[in-house]
Amino acid sequence: MKKFFKIIFFVFLLLNFSNQNLFAESSNELLKVNWSFKSFFGKFDRSSLQRGYQVYNEVCASCHSLKHLSYRNLAEKGGPEFSEAEAKAIASNFEVTDGPDSTGEMFTRPAKLSDKFVMPYANEEEAKSANGGAYPPDMSVLVKARKGGADYIYSLLLGYEDPPTDLKLDDGVYYNKYMYGNKIKMSAPLSDDIVEYSDGTKATTEQMAKDVVTFLMWTAEPHLEQRHKTGFRVIIYLLILTILVYFSMKRIWSRIESKV
Amino acid sequence: MSDSDKKKPNRRDFILTASATAGAVGVGAAVWPLIDQMNPDASVKALASTEVDISSIEPGQSITVLWRGKPVFIKRRTKEEIDSARLVDLKDLKHPEKDEDRAKNPEWLVMVGVCTHLGCVPLTDKGDYNAWFCPCHGSHYDTSGRIRKGPAPTNLEVPKYVFLDSKTIKIG
Amino acid sequence: MSDHEYQPSSKLGKWFNDRLPLLTLSNHLQEYPTPKNLNYWWTFGGILTFCLITQIVTGVILAMHYIAHADLAFQSVEHIMRDVNYGWLIRYVHANGASMFFLAVYIHIFRALYYGSYKSPREVIWIIGMIIYFLMMATAFMGYVLPWGQMSFWGATVITNLFSAIPFIGESVTNWLWGGYAVDNPTLTRFFSLHYLLPFLILGLVILHIWALHIPGNNNPIGIEIKKPSKDTVPFHPYIVIKDLFALLIFLIIFAFFVFFSPNILGHADNYIEANPLVTPAHIVPEWYLLPFYAILRSVPDKLLGVIAMFAAIFVLVILPWLDTSKVRSAIFRPIYKQFYWFLVADVLILGYMGAMPAEGTYLLIARVATVYYFVHFLIILPFLGFKEKTIELPLNITEPVLGGSANPEMTKNNSNPKSNL
Repeated sequence: MKKFFKIIFFVFLLLNFSNQNLFAESSNELLKVNWSFKSFFGKFDRSSLQRGYQVYNEVCASCHSLKHLSYRNLAEKGGPEFSEAEAKAIASNFEVTDGPDSTGEMFTRPAKLSDKFVMPYANEEEAKSANGGAYPPDMSVLVKARKGGADYIYSLLLGYEDPPTDLKLDDGVYYNKYMYGNKIKMSAPLSDDIVEYSDGTKATTEQMAKDVVTFLMWTAEPHLEQRHKTGFRVIIYLLILTILVYFSMKRIWSRIESKV
Repeated sequence: MSDSDKKKPNRRDFILTASATAGAVGVGAAVWPLIDQMNPDASVKALASTEVDISSIEPGQSITVLWRGKPVFIKRRTKEEIDSARLVDLKDLKHPEKDEDRAKNPEWLVMVGVCTHLGCVPLTDKGDYNAWFCPCHGSHYDTSGRIRKGPAPTNLEVPKYVFLDSKTIKIG
Repeated sequence: MSDHEYQPSSKLGKWFNDRLPLLTLSNHLQEYPTPKNLNYWWTFGGILTFCLITQIVTGVILAMHYIAHADLAFQSVEHIMRDVNYGWLIRYVHANGASMFFLAVYIHIFRALYYGSYKSPREVIWIIGMIIYFLMMATAFMGYVLPWGQMSFWGATVITNLFSAIPFIGESVTNWLWGGYAVDNPTLTRFFSLHYLLPFLILGLVILHIWALHIPGNNNPIGIEIKKPSKDTVPFHPYIVIKDLFALLIFLIIFAFFVFFSPNILGHADNYIEANPLVTPAHIVPEWYLLPFYAILRSVPDKLLGVIAMFAAIFVLVILPWLDTSKVRSAIFRPIYKQFYWFLVADVLILGYMGAMPAEGTYLLIARVATVYYFVHFLIILPFLGFKEKTIELPLNITEPVLGGSANPEMTKNNSNPKSNL
């Protein structure tokens, strides 16, 4: 019985507390941040999410889409929690194609809360040709789509350096310490004060990287807070029930007298 | 069964009952998401209300918009249509409703365009009352959308709606 | 099987039972005599049944929202995760449930290997079990394709391409599987249909598996035949029901940790990238539970022989009751076999790890050694041991060690008091 528990405990410890992918390869150690959303009681920092949205909108949105998100998500619980009026105002800044109208023509109109985020390019081909042949990936689930997750995206944003002297780079290719293969076709997107935060926070590169990655963690996992909260309650409940059932089991098995 | 259980029946029953009760609570809590997932999801609920621009509708004209998957008639009534609706004696109605209650702003009539008989979409500006007529089984509605003749049991439904301003109605 | 003189207590019950003996069946299941010395490795049958039901329930629900089309599949999964009420929970339960299902099935299989549960007269239970295992792998493989991520697409491409290794008809068979000239929408839609179907075949086989078990009754840790019913058995209800429930709850706690706190740790990040037929991921890996077979496949430099080796690895398990010639069931009384058992466990873990590594250099060498050893274990060591191993004297009954009837201290250590198994 004890051996059983030891094995199970070891397995789950191993798998739950390893920060890297199960079968991690050796690479540059990523920059680590004490993300507020990590760990069992992790939550999002609302103001960081709002600043992160601002960074996304002003710096990234010209090339990177968030096509799985809707504008109403900005006002929903568990996210940046803009007010419904603020979210409506944000949406109305973007033009959406609708139609056909009664004459058969497509037309554009301001976006509503129910619309999906407008994409910067009509399709992947246009996106590629506008960016030196490289497609700026959609960022809806980007944090989950990269080994290293939030730490990786954060490190990459801060990882632009001069290339080593023996490495020649083509035009439009930049050296990044953390990018897989070290070559990236996106130039360093962040620099100090490139955004003026509406809440007055100093917009250092590290701050903006932190905020936009927090925002991207939310776009990838909008129900993270609910997941953590429910998980906590489920585990507590299961522990209590396990103890109750354990004593029930003892009680039932005591009906068999010791055979000797 | 051994004697030991009979000696302390309360304790034994208690732990088993407590476990069973706790278990039942858990099962209920686990089953709820499995049922709730079939309820309208967030993207459907986002389309639960529709804003309609009514600025280009002339008196006597009506438009049909899609709301929650169903047609909604928005009619701008003429003075004659409003008067003829208001003058009807409630005793003559199968489903008595005052026109004032159906159209708070008398110039505008907003109704779900689904016949209350078996669900067909009535035709506009047709029928004995020059209002709405359902061709499926011959129900006639008046200028307030009330059933006057035919098998439909109730008046055309008036959905929840508000005037956001003089040019826009939000339905739902 | 003994004849039941069971009669339902109510008249309605009797009326119904005379026409369809479900109440007799229920009574049989409750009274089913189970050895009282079973340890916790025997609780995984119940756990597996729970896993199957969970996968079916969550799967049918996901199918209400999922769209099986190459252009919409990925998006529909995101719709489930974001918009469907509790969609994120149902999806994570289904995805992690698959891993938990395989964790449980491996423990269940390795229990059988240790205690000789596959030996006569339980060969058919074992073979049905192997068929269930095979169908589980097919189901999981097709299920993983459905989200239409990069790993979905490329995993499907790699594995379906294996069929082209078949001489003469290989390419035709592969195009037939694909419904085209590459993995594409037709492949996705048929995988969806089959992924929905197979679990119900598994369910039917599970019923046969349990039925076949109920003929001889359960094996037990010391592997000796026990008279059923007797003082050495307990009725399944409530003794085994409550114990299985306790074990299930522990299992659920682990399951809950994955679902709520690390739902993506067993998966692969690349599957959150939409499938792109023009870009192959740097490393294509299947889910962890298929890794040992993947390692065996890649160990053999020849495409066709690699496929044959992979299927042979399963086939060798199917014929295990005839490869293991020992008359003694439980490894407790087979000290040499016990050593080789643990070597096998290590071998399978090594194969699994190698399956996740690139198939080159030292990794490939280790994978090849481990592959050879795997076959050596089943084809050479086991048959040989059956004849040559000197086994420990078996006790006469399960309480004998307590009574001190046997000279063997091994037994008192493991079996002195059935309660210590709790």
